[in-house]
Amino acid sequence: MALLRVDNMTHYFGGLRAVHNYNLVLEPGHITGLIGPNGAGKTTVFNLITGIHTPTEGNVEIEGHNLIGHRPHEIASMGIGRTFQNLLLWRHMNVVEHVKMACYSQLEYGLLDAFFGTRRCRREEKRITAKAMHLLETFNVADYSSRLISNLPYGAQRRVEMARAMATNPKVLLLDEPTAGMTPDELNRMIDIIRKIHRDFEVAILMIEHRLKFVMELCEKIQTLVFGEVIAEGTPTEIQNNPEVIEAYLGKEDVT
Amino acid sequence: MDFKGESAKNMVNKKASQRKGRGVKAWLARVFGRIPLIGWLMGSLGAVLIEYFLGDALSYYLGLPKIPVLFGSSIILKKPALIPGALAYLLLVYALPVSLIAKSMTRPANRLARLLASRPVSLATLIHLGLFYLILHLWAEISDYRLLVLKLTMIAVMLTLSINVINGYMGEFSCSHPGFMALGAYGASITTLLLCVDDKLMGPALLPAAAGPWLFPLALIVGGIVASLGALVIAIPSFRTRGDYLAIISLAFLFIVKSLIENLEFAGGPRGMSGQPDYAGLPTVFIVMVLCVWTINNFVRSTMGKALCAVRDNELAAEAMTVNTRKTKIVTFMFAAFWAGVAGGLFAHVLRYVNPGSFGVQRLAEILAMLYFGGLNSVTGSIVGAVSFNLLSEALRPLELYKWIIIPLLFILVMLYRPTGLIAFTEFKPRELMRPKE
Ligand SMILES: Nc1ncnc2c1ncn2[C@@H]1O[C@H](COP(=O)(O)OP(=O)(O)O)[C@@H](O)[C@H]1O
Ligand SMILES: [Mg+2]
Repeated sequence: MALLRVDNMTHYFGGLRAVHNYNLVLEPGHITGLIGPNGAGKTTVFNLITGIHTPTEGNVEIEGHNLIGHRPHEIASMGIGRTFQNLLLWRHMNVVEHVKMACYSQLEYGLLDAFFGTRRCRREEKRITAKAMHLLETFNVADYSSRLISNLPYGAQRRVEMARAMATNPKVLLLDEPTAGMTPDELNRMIDIIRKIHRDFEVAILMIEHRLKFVMELCEKIQTLVFGEVIAEGTPTEIQNNPEVIEAYLGKEDVT
Repeated sequence: MDFKGESAKNMVNKKASQRKGRGVKAWLARVFGRIPLIGWLMGSLGAVLIEYFLGDALSYYLGLPKIPVLFGSSIILKKPALIPGALAYLLLVYALPVSLIAKSMTRPANRLARLLASRPVSLATLIHLGLFYLILHLWAEISDYRLLVLKLTMIAVMLTLSINVINGYMGEFSCSHPGFMALGAYGASITTLLLCVDDKLMGPALLPAAAGPWLFPLALIVGGIVASLGALVIAIPSFRTRGDYLAIISLAFLFIVKSLIENLEFAGGPRGMSGQPDYAGLPTVFIVMVLCVWTINNFVRSTMGKALCAVRDNELAAEAMTVNTRKTKIVTFMFAAFWAGVAGGLFAHVLRYVNPGSFGVQRLAEILAMLYFGGLNSVTGSIVGAVSFNLLSEALRPLELYKWIIIPLLFILVMLYRPTGLIAFTEFKPRELMRPKE
């Protein structure tokens, strides 16, 4: 059974058809890339899978459970973690608090425990602090743990955002342009990080990415989205040699 | 999060030790920087004991008609001839004893603080609170006016702190707090009047009088629950609207509650209700306030409570990180309203009278002023805001009309230099506060 499965998903924003007949089968442990020009509807696909928008038509399933109609936090707890194209962080919170917050649905204490600061609450807080610190170490940002997020360099903020997504214990990780605004140096580090989390956490990854070098190196399968429709799907080499892709997408951009 | 004042103090401390610092601040830090909280409490206890036993005699010798009731403010503002006497009184009764005792107790106080630090934090907290209560109690023994100011200040702390949960931590602009307070005041008053007192509105008491004081906590809880049920009226729209629109809804709620209680004939209508039994003594108000501060502080420091800040800073990200934002909003409104309701119940029983007029826009302005003056997203800020606003407001009372020029001016100054309030975005850590200083 596929881990994540999307069938015939279509979405309209008013009169605008942002996504049309999108299909996806993501097997456990696989990495799939989603490429396409700006405005093609890639982020919208993520927002539809994660429940931020409800698709006009179509179906989304994780491990056979239908996700349509569930609230985003439920979908996230069911195993879909994500990062955002433009870093949605909480500006008044520090780094470790960010990662702890993503353990929200795993907290095993109730409101009364929180009000009265019971032993159970303290124990749980300790547990998720340890978990958060461990994740921060994995992403090389443990040194920043007690700093306000806004005081971190951009690359480190991206890594905190990924650590935060991993704290939700995802089975599928959706990465929305993880290298946006990065230098070539940081880019190479990001490749290593993604490999590492793919290996260590055994997650399947669906990622939107502009830089082809990056997608070619990491993905087993690539989908090309243009005006909301998948025009080509295949291995990196197939995509690279597909005339339609070259025309619609690669032709306009620098291939490197 | 970095505790600004703390780090500044530490810096001063360091500088002082490094190069024998300069300036008044450095000097103060050098002389008093090593006194732990418990030392200051001992000093204050000494001061109030001196006032308790020698206050009358001292004021007589200094030519004062009676003990200056609120740090000499009314004397200073109204009778300039007595100013030297009042200042001498302040120096002899407060400034000197507090600083001398605290300073001379530095060592034993630190030893005690170290001992307490090695025990469960609850023990240390209870000892500090007990000492603090004793100080307040002795201070309030001097006059009924002091007692009233003290009780109302504690109620103000509860109101400010609970509105901070909504407006500061969750970042909504809620105007409904006096409404919650009113629901609590009426809920608690109806309960006590119905059960414990023979009165014209509610008929004879249903329970023997002796049961009354024991039932008072129950009455307060009833008030709190009524208020938190009322809060649902705002919590549910908050799923869809934020910002200005929610502010308007909450303002509408305030007016609805007010006209509701104005039309409740069995609760006295516009005339209100009086004759609440005298259950809200200083210990009761103090304990309830401590409970309020304690639970709110626990909550906002837990990850479940920090979800409020996540909802405020970015709701979309919060949902994507498994935070149930609807539950968070409902809980926030109901929890804050509960404490506002309890504060309202206390308010009604401290004044032993309520009427709808107490819960209007004027009260809202006062609560918001205390909140923004003290600082958003900060328990310390709310305490400081409520206490300073109340004391200032009482101290400047002799100025009558000018009071309402001076306080807003002061407020504008604070907003200019510290837009988020005096002490914003800090965590209140009791353990840090009570720690030994050497
Ligand atoms: N919330 C929204 N409301 C209306 N239109 C939207 C919304 N989000 C995206 N769109 C539109 O949908 C199209 C696809 O956007 P997006 O998915 O962000 O593209 P991509 O991520 O591929 O650059 C764009 O034309 C965009 O303007
Ligand atoms: Mg996008």
